[in-house]
Formats: sequence, C-alpha cells, structure tokens
Amino acid sequence: MTMQMNGMDPVIRLRGVAKTFTLHNQGGAVIEVMAGATLAVAAGECVGLVGASGAGKSTLMRMIYGNYLTAAGTIEVAGTDVSRADPREIVALRRDRLGYVSQFLRVLPRVPALDVVAEPLIALGRPEEEARTRAAALLARLRLPERLWSLSPTTFSGGEQQRVNIARGFAHPFPALLLDEPTASLDALNRETVLTLIEEAKDRGAAIVGIFHDEGARERVCDRLIDVTGFTPGREG
Amino acid sequence: MTDLQMTRPLFSVRDLEKRYGARIGCTGVSFDLYPGEVMGIVGESGSGKSTLLGCLAGHMAPDAGTIAYDGRDVLAMSEPERRRMARTDWAFVHQNPRDGLRLSVSAGGNVGERLMAVGGRNYGKIRDTATDWLGRVEIAADRIDDRPSAFSGGMQQRLQIARNLVTGPRLVFMDEPTGGLDVSVQARLLDLIRGLVRRMGLSAIVVTHDLAVVRLLADRLMVMKGGRVIEAGLTDQVLDDPQHAYTQLLVSSVLQV
Repeated sequence: MTMQMNGMDPVIRLRGVAKTFTLHNQGGAVIEVMAGATLAVAAGECVGLVGASGAGKSTLMRMIYGNYLTAAGTIEVAGTDVSRADPREIVALRRDRLGYVSQFLRVLPRVPALDVVAEPLIALGRPEEEARTRAAALLARLRLPERLWSLSPTTFSGGEQQRVNIARGFAHPFPALLLDEPTASLDALNRETVLTLIEEAKDRGAAIVGIFHDEGARERVCDRLIDVTGFTPGREG
Repeated sequence: MTDLQMTRPLFSVRDLEKRYGARIGCTGVSFDLYPGEVMGIVGESGSGKSTLLGCLAGHMAPDAGTIAYDGRDVLAMSEPERRRMARTDWAFVHQNPRDGLRLSVSAGGNVGERLMAVGGRNYGKIRDTATDWLGRVEIAADRIDDRPSAFSGGMQQRLQIARNLVTGPRLVFMDEPTGGLDVSVQARLLDLIRGLVRRMGLSAIVVTHDLAVVRLLADRLMVMKGGRVIEAGLTDQVLDDPQHAYTQLLVSSVLQV
C-alpha cells in the first residue's frame, strides 16, 4: 500500500503550501490565510506548531489531514500527496497511515466507548476480539472507569470524551500523527499518560505534528517548534 | 501498483442526462463508485438528486450517458437481464417503507420472499435467515409473524432494510432513508445502516437533503443544483471547506445545536 520510502525521507513534507478561502456569500471576498508553508517531519520526530491564535495552526493541521483543500504547493504524507489525492486515496491514508486526535470527539449516538476506540482497528481488518482487547487496554491506561466502556460517550464529560478520543487516535500505530491539544482538559495523571503515549509513538518511529498550548508538554515531547506566523501571506521567504 | 490502483470501480457513470421535455432533470453527471464506498448525493428539492437516483437504479431511462456495473453496460442489457442483476446484486431502500414493503405479508414473509426470489427453497432455512435478519435490524423474533402495518415507522424502515440486505447485494441505493422519522429514531437507524454497510463491505449511494446524515454515512459527497453536480469530494472536506457558493450557503444554513 505505502510507496517505498527511504528511511531518511521525511514522513510528512509540505512544500510551498498556500490556503485561501473564497466567501461567495460575502461579496466573493478572497481571504489569503497561508502562503509558502514548508515543513518536513522525519520518523520519530515531533514538531510543535506555535503562533498566536488565528495564525493558522489548526488550518495547517486540517490541510495535512485533507479536511481543507490546498490552494498551492504539495503535502506529502507517508507516500500520498494529500493536495492532489482523490477522496478514495485520502480515506485509505486516514485508515492506515495518518491518525488525527482532534480537540473534540465527534460522537456517534449509541456506539459504546469501547467500540469507538476499537473501530479504527476493525476498519483495518483486525479481528474484533483483538481490537476490543487493545481498546480496553488503552481506556484502562487512560483511567476511564470500566463502567463507562459500554456507554456511548454522548453523555461523558469533556475530559472523559477527550480520553476516548486519545485512545481512538493511539489504537493503531499510525506512521504519521496529528495532535491538536491532546493534553487539554486532562488532570495531571492522565496528562502524564498522554505524554508517555506520545513518547512511545516517537520511539516506534511515528512522525508527529502537534499543537500544544501546554508549555511543559511542548518542551517535553517536541523536538522542534515551527512558528506558523512565518507562513502568513506576504511574509513568506 | 498499489491495491488501490488495482481495484476496479464497481459502478461507473458517464455524462448521464435525463430531460423532462425541455426541462433538465439531471445532466453531465459522471462518477466512479468503488467497492465498499458510500457516496452521498445532497441538494434541495428540485435539484435533480431523485431523478439521478431513479436513473442510476434503473427506475427511469436516461436520455444520454452510460452506466456500467462491474464492467457491464447496464443500459444495453435486456430487460430480463437487468431485472435479474437488480434482484441479485442491487437493493433499493425507499424513503417511505410502505413503498419497499408488502404490508399484507408478515415481517418474516417480507424478508423470506426476497430469499425465494433468488432461489431459496428450504422453508426452515429461509425462516432461520429471516429471524437472524430481524435480529440484526433490532426487531424482536416474536414479531416475525406480525404484519408491518402494525409496526412503527422506524420499525418498518428497519424491516425494509432487512428485506433489502438479506440477499447480500453489492450495491445499495437509498432515497432519504431517515426522512419522515423522529430524530431519536433517525439516530438509531443511521447507526444501524452504518454498521451493516461497513460490516458487509457494501457500496452505497445515499440521496438526502440532510447534511448530518451524509456526514455520518458517506465517504464522499456530490452536491447537486439545477440538475448538475456543482461540487464533489471527500465528505468532511466538502462540508468543512466548501468551494461553491451554493454549497457554502447550504452548509452555513444548517442550524447548529
């Protein structure tokens, strides 16, 4: 499935990436939000995105995930050029190579927390039993009370939902991972567990791009910081 | 060659057009649907989405264009040939379960009848399969001999889904499958459809005006307006970064709760 990659090649590589939004229902205003974004993340490396609120950290993450279209440039992730890939290729990339822990869990009604976490593994064709065992181990590590595992996270607190979200994101050992504020709304013990999960992912060779407002977390897991203010249109190069 | 490049489309549509006299029903529609893919078609009433679905499913004849299923030219097939294929390989879930069920026949009969249509003969086996399917769509086994006219709307819709999926189709067409149901019933039904489609590896085309339905069910999306596809792409991309003026209006018009 994945193209042959040299061990030294970055897993995530952005070249000259630009983003514009055209607001057709507001007089066709064209807003340039990003230009010349260039970034390379190697296996085992964690790069933190920094910059003021509104500078484009989340926009960049969404573009890497294929959630936002790219206006110019290329975004290569584990052998797929996200900026040109068709929906089917992005679905395949997200299934086996690119994980995303967003800030908020999009909760499905009626699906128990354990299945929410096991789902990415089942989608990869793992036996359901094995997938649920792995899901249970992660939820236990993140201290989600076992009585909640069989319930839909719809009614969970923000912190509980976030832990389900993190367990889901770490269930499969993705070679590329995007983390949006993974330690927000967690207590000290769970924050520690999440940081350890990130360190373990790096040790097994995951390339990670993250947004961390938590400075201690940033210092501990990030190898480099990139200020996205440098990708503001007119300021590139 | 990757696995992805080696897979052939299950269903290929090129330049499909249907006119009602001088009026355009739909025109210039082309897409490929791959095995296991779920595609949503959204648009308001009159956008041509139902006309398109009717042409795709063989309920009406397009005026131009081609449709290929599993490499075979659907529009060139003889009527018996097309019917046989539609019976064994395709399924159609109507918005109104009364259009897809036989109300005078028991729930078990509604499901079993489809098995007989594709050659099932052993009564015991048919009844066992029907019972199994009622369970999968969360209808209690003791309702097997009840007529669907005694069922609630949500139950009728679940029974219609069982009747359609029991023969193991590869391609399912759905027309507003959750339309006309209470919101709480919709959620249960969506979750059920989502689970069945994923587990059976079905390809599906779902027509709806409800963006929440496509976000939950569909991998990709086509947005229709005035009989034409004005935007297409990955579902979350089209909904979160819409490019066309109409799609932007559609997305921004949804009430947030």
